[in-house]
Amino acid sequence: MATYVAPIPQLSARRAEREAQGWTSWITTTDHKRIGIMYMVTTFVFFCLGGVEALMMRLQLGAPNNTLVTPQTYNQLFTMHGTTMVFLFVVPMMAGLANYFVPLMIGARDMAFPRLNALSFWLLLAGGVVFYASIFFNPPEAGWTSYVPLSGSTYSPSGGQDAWIYLVHLTGLASILGAVNFYATIANMRARGMSWGRLPLFVWTILTYSVLIIFAMPVIAAAVTMLLTDRHFGTHFFDPANGGSALLWQNLFWFFGHPEVYIMVLPGFGLVSEILPVFARKPIFGYKAIAASTVAIAFLGFLTWAHHMFAAPLPEAILVFVMLSSFLIAVPTGVKMLNWIATLWRGTIEFKTPLLFCAGFIALFLIGGITGIFLAIFPVDWQLNETYFVVAHIHFVLVGGAVFTIFAAIYYWFPKITGKMLSESLGRLSFALMFVGVLATFMIQHVMGLDGMPRRVYEYDNVGHLQLYNLISTVGSFILAVGVLVTIVNVARSLKAGVEAGPDPWKANTLEWFTPSPPPANNFDVVPLVRSAEPMKDIRREVERRSAGSGRASAVTVPTGARQIGV
Amino acid sequence: MGHLISSTLAFFTPRSGGSPNANAIDSLYKITLYIAIVIFVAVEGALIYALVRFRKRKGAVPAQIRGNTRLEVGWTVGAAVVLIALVVLTFAKLPSIQNPSNSGPAGELLASDGGVLYASAERRPPPNGKSLNITVTGQQYIWRFTYPGATRPDGLDAPYSYEEMVVPTNTTVTLDVRAIDVVHAWWIPELGGKLQAVPGYDNYTWFKIERPGVYRGQCAVLCGRGHARMIAAVRAVPPAQFDAWLAKQKQLIAEANLAAKEARAKLATQTGAGQVENP
Repeated sequence: MATYVAPIPQLSARRAEREAQGWTSWITTTDHKRIGIMYMVTTFVFFCLGGVEALMMRLQLGAPNNTLVTPQTYNQLFTMHGTTMVFLFVVPMMAGLANYFVPLMIGARDMAFPRLNALSFWLLLAGGVVFYASIFFNPPEAGWTSYVPLSGSTYSPSGGQDAWIYLVHLTGLASILGAVNFYATIANMRARGMSWGRLPLFVWTILTYSVLIIFAMPVIAAAVTMLLTDRHFGTHFFDPANGGSALLWQNLFWFFGHPEVYIMVLPGFGLVSEILPVFARKPIFGYKAIAASTVAIAFLGFLTWAHHMFAAPLPEAILVFVMLSSFLIAVPTGVKMLNWIATLWRGTIEFKTPLLFCAGFIALFLIGGITGIFLAIFPVDWQLNETYFVVAHIHFVLVGGAVFTIFAAIYYWFPKITGKMLSESLGRLSFALMFVGVLATFMIQHVMGLDGMPRRVYEYDNVGHLQLYNLISTVGSFILAVGVLVTIVNVARSLKAGVEAGPDPWKANTLEWFTPSPPPANNFDVVPLVRSAEPMKDIRREVERRSAGSGRASAVTVPTGARQIGV
Repeated sequence: MGHLISSTLAFFTPRSGGSPNANAIDSLYKITLYIAIVIFVAVEGALIYALVRFRKRKGAVPAQIRGNTRLEVGWTVGAAVVLIALVVLTFAKLPSIQNPSNSGPAGELLASDGGVLYASAERRPPPNGKSLNITVTGQQYIWRFTYPGATRPDGLDAPYSYEEMVVPTNTTVTLDVRAIDVVHAWWIPELGGKLQAVPGYDNYTWFKIERPGVYRGQCAVLCGRGHARMIAAVRAVPPAQFDAWLAKQKQLIAEANLAAKEARAKLATQTGAGQVENP
């Protein structure tokens, strides 16, 4: 009797997908960690280019009536510098850090839309290439704010201005797609138990950053499209001679431009809120207040744009409203500063490089915050705006709030990304040089502005002590540059011969430290159940309890294999 | 010591001394500066103290504090109170910055407000309505100043000057600031805050100079490659001298116009052109 045994259904692959090797593995990747690395490396290269542009400007201004560069070149330099630092460094660098660490911190295996994620990166790179290609022709020279009518076809006929427009389009699209991706990832892919009240604060700030991008970027995209059609297709949005308005550009630009400031600094706030507790060995002071003030800042950030236009012909009601809303936004920002100091208070502070950069951030950002109060008082702003006082203000805000927090993140997360530690002594040297460099470069610029030196001038007469002040600033900028170089050397050295980091060198609080360094392609074999805002603390405690109970001493203190723990 | 403090303070304050509005801005700035110094010292001091006092030591145990609602509400309210105080101060100072005062008794004898009906609510005349109204026009890369005194109804023969504005002392001068090409900003630091000159818009400010002298400034919004050289000066002279200067300026302009007319006519006969544009 023949019995028929049905074949057991099996999945069989006709051919194994060969893993891409070498450089093709990078350009075809959809792994959030590799995309994150590409973001970080690319944006750091742009940071260096923007830095070189800044040094050339400082060289030109090192002496009165200097003739090192022509007025045209000088205008191109500050246009390239501002645009690069905003669109090609700070915003995408934050996107790069978030790309790498948001999925790891929330216990996800990738971003929600991995291919969209790759598209974001390649659009960013395309934007950077289009923009920098203009240096072989005619770079834009109307400033990163590109006020009309100066940026119109009559006064800026060269294609550089169009390259600037396409850069804003491409990087803006990259940012919007990335923001949608972050939002979807954070909303849907958190580990079991990670409620909104247990979300790491860096992830909170990236969520807010994403919402800000989704609301602000379409406005600048519309504005530069109008500029493009004005330039080439005969429209008159900004042309006063034909019924357009030159002020419309300022309104649209700053409606984007002010939220953009928070897009740049809020993730930095998140980084500091992650790093300070780790090195103070204390929980963050006022988790809810910090998360809530982040959201409050984001909302208020959309109501203050006209404080960039206090000198423009605006009705007094607007001036008053914007002064009040700008004051209002100072409250949640100021409160955060105190929360961070309270986090350090009564801790046991370990002076590792990431902590130094965070402390430097607080010290510098405070100066930028206080000068912001001066600038929010509109009659005072009439004296200060468009001068070096404002240049000093934005650099304390952005070098303090963005560059220093990014450097803190580099020192904090480099061991996770590469599995190697950075040198502490080089890190300390880099911090010291950068801190002194920032103070020397920008403190004196307040005085230059108060003495009447406008920004964006390629030369000045030596009235009063302007020559001395500018020289101090120039020397400071080179100290700052050397500080950055030291970190580059540090990174290169550690990639070659760094000390092995292990999965959790800092005994940190969040889930990215649960996987090996560097993390495997799937991030986690098992995603742990999250019971608090500091899941790694719980896991370490659980490991200690179990190993003490079973008598197996320190066998599993290193939580590489999640299986062993099963928390 | 007192001198040292005052000179240090001057180092950190905007320029003033030319006009009452610049002085009022300066005093508002100084009050803000005092408050700022207190906040700066307190917060940086707390930061440095925390970093030094709570650095890692043997046997030290970090306090596991997660927050303190009373403290957090306290400093939020504290920050708000400081800012409300600044708002009140600003509103107290605002009239002396925005509203022109009457000309001094030794000032220019201005016949009247010129009978012009102002369409804009933003333009602020002094209480008695009498001011010397000068139109400031920005263009790449020079400032043009147009004075009252036109005899033709279209006003095209009004006296003007470039780069240097001449004004009488002790006289309230109101400015209509305009631009004809790109955005510029009018700024003489010692005579008050800057304001944008935007094509298609009028913007208004004022000053009143007591001491004769030259006050210098320059364009403050990027306007192109010559931006750094778009300088401006205001020369204040006693009223009698101003009248003489204005009469002389009118005469020079008339002579120059006549000479140009003659030159054009000569050119027309030489080349035989039937028409000359803009006769």
